[in-house]
Amino acid sequence: MLKKRIIPCLDIKDGRTVKGIRFVDIQDAGDPVEQAQAYSLAGADELVFLDISATVEGRKTLAELVARIAETIQIPFTVGGGIQSVEDAKRLLDAGADKISVNSAAVRRPELISELADKLGEQCVVVAMDVKRNPEEAFSWTIVVDGGRTQTELDAFEWAQEAERRGAGELLCTSMDHDGTKSGYDIGFLQSLRQKVSIPIIASGGAGTPEHFAEVFDEGRADAALAASLFHFGELEIPTLKQFLKTKGFPIR
Amino acid sequence: MIALVDYDAGNTRSVLNALKRLGVEATLTSDAEVLLSADRVLFPGVGHARSAMDTLQAQGLEAPLRDIKAPFLGICLGMQLMCAYTEEGHTTGLGIVPTKVVRFEEDASRPVPHMGWNHFESIRPRSPLFKGISLEDNVYFVHSYYAEVDDATDVVSHYGVEFAAAIRHDNYFGVQFHPEKSGDVGLKILQNFLDLH
Repeated sequence: MLKKRIIPCLDIKDGRTVKGIRFVDIQDAGDPVEQAQAYSLAGADELVFLDISATVEGRKTLAELVARIAETIQIPFTVGGGIQSVEDAKRLLDAGADKISVNSAAVRRPELISELADKLGEQCVVVAMDVKRNPEEAFSWTIVVDGGRTQTELDAFEWAQEAERRGAGELLCTSMDHDGTKSGYDIGFLQSLRQKVSIPIIASGGAGTPEHFAEVFDEGRADAALAASLFHFGELEIPTLKQFLKTKGFPIR
Repeated sequence: MIALVDYDAGNTRSVLNALKRLGVEATLTSDAEVLLSADRVLFPGVGHARSAMDTLQAQGLEAPLRDIKAPFLGICLGMQLMCAYTEEGHTTGLGIVPTKVVRFEEDASRPVPHMGWNHFESIRPRSPLFKGISLEDNVYFVHSYYAEVDDATDVVSHYGVEFAAAIRHDNYFGVQFHPEKSGDVGLKILQNFLDLH
């Protein structure tokens, strides 16, 4: 049986791991290569690295970092942040990344998803989307871009379906309402999304306890669950989490 | 000399990294002579079957790849290209095995691609590549198409349907999953491949 995946996410700035709450209050949180290895040994099923460097120099560092990570770990990893073109993506894949993720650039130019899927294969294209509940309307979520700074009017479900149609291999969905709150994933959103698309869904934003993971796999029907600060600060150890989920009967590696 | 087929179909870096971890340096090449004289040939691949076959044809590698005498290992798309036919782009493969490759049917409980860690339903006894591997071991899969189970199947996995997780014909081996991304289990399978004689 296909296993539910546990995915730690590391935010990278100028080659270092950083952390912040709701995309602000950025602090240094260590060396990504050491952390990647530690997570891999702890039983992480996959890793995600999101580069939030704002400069060209920072981006160059990223390809070197990806190469070092690929030499160190033997599990799949996704790299995202600032990918605008097939060339940007190819540089990271050539350095050893297994998948690349696109977010704001794809919202601004949806053809990017088609180009990436055609040239590099659907299996390596992750479309990351940051969603926010629409306060005006029930069961409605809209897309936020630029790391949470710019609200769009784009409907999250319509965008997810367009991403799938254009060849996304997987969706990484972060709830901006839940991110950093440790109050649980946005189950309502994920349930609705599951009925709209048939590609795998990685849930992100809101994990605080092992029960939240059980909930997102069961009711939320997510294929994978991502968390960042919960793992970074040792609040929840991956082996403990996986053991908990196993005893609850979930298929876990 | 260990050779990796270079046909612009991705993820060679990961395979090289995994071999390096096993203490082996491999040569990335699209030279038919080098491939035919190698002690081992690895044929990794990700992406679209049609464009991969077009590239192999343009490089003149179709015939040489059918003629390898040393142990040969196709990985993921590489394994699918060893088959006779794939529905992806209605592509004729190398035909090393008579197997057909078809697309997973998606439904609400089973997203496609089949992406993530899965285990084996059955392993053919004495399969040299899977020596020391058990049915409980998990390996990493990413694919939307699968090789149908037939006489060439060495290992079966299940995702809605049974599919070939590994195939074999004489010195030709193929695995649908990514041993280079499957942690210690994957490294063991690669080591078994290197240990073949």
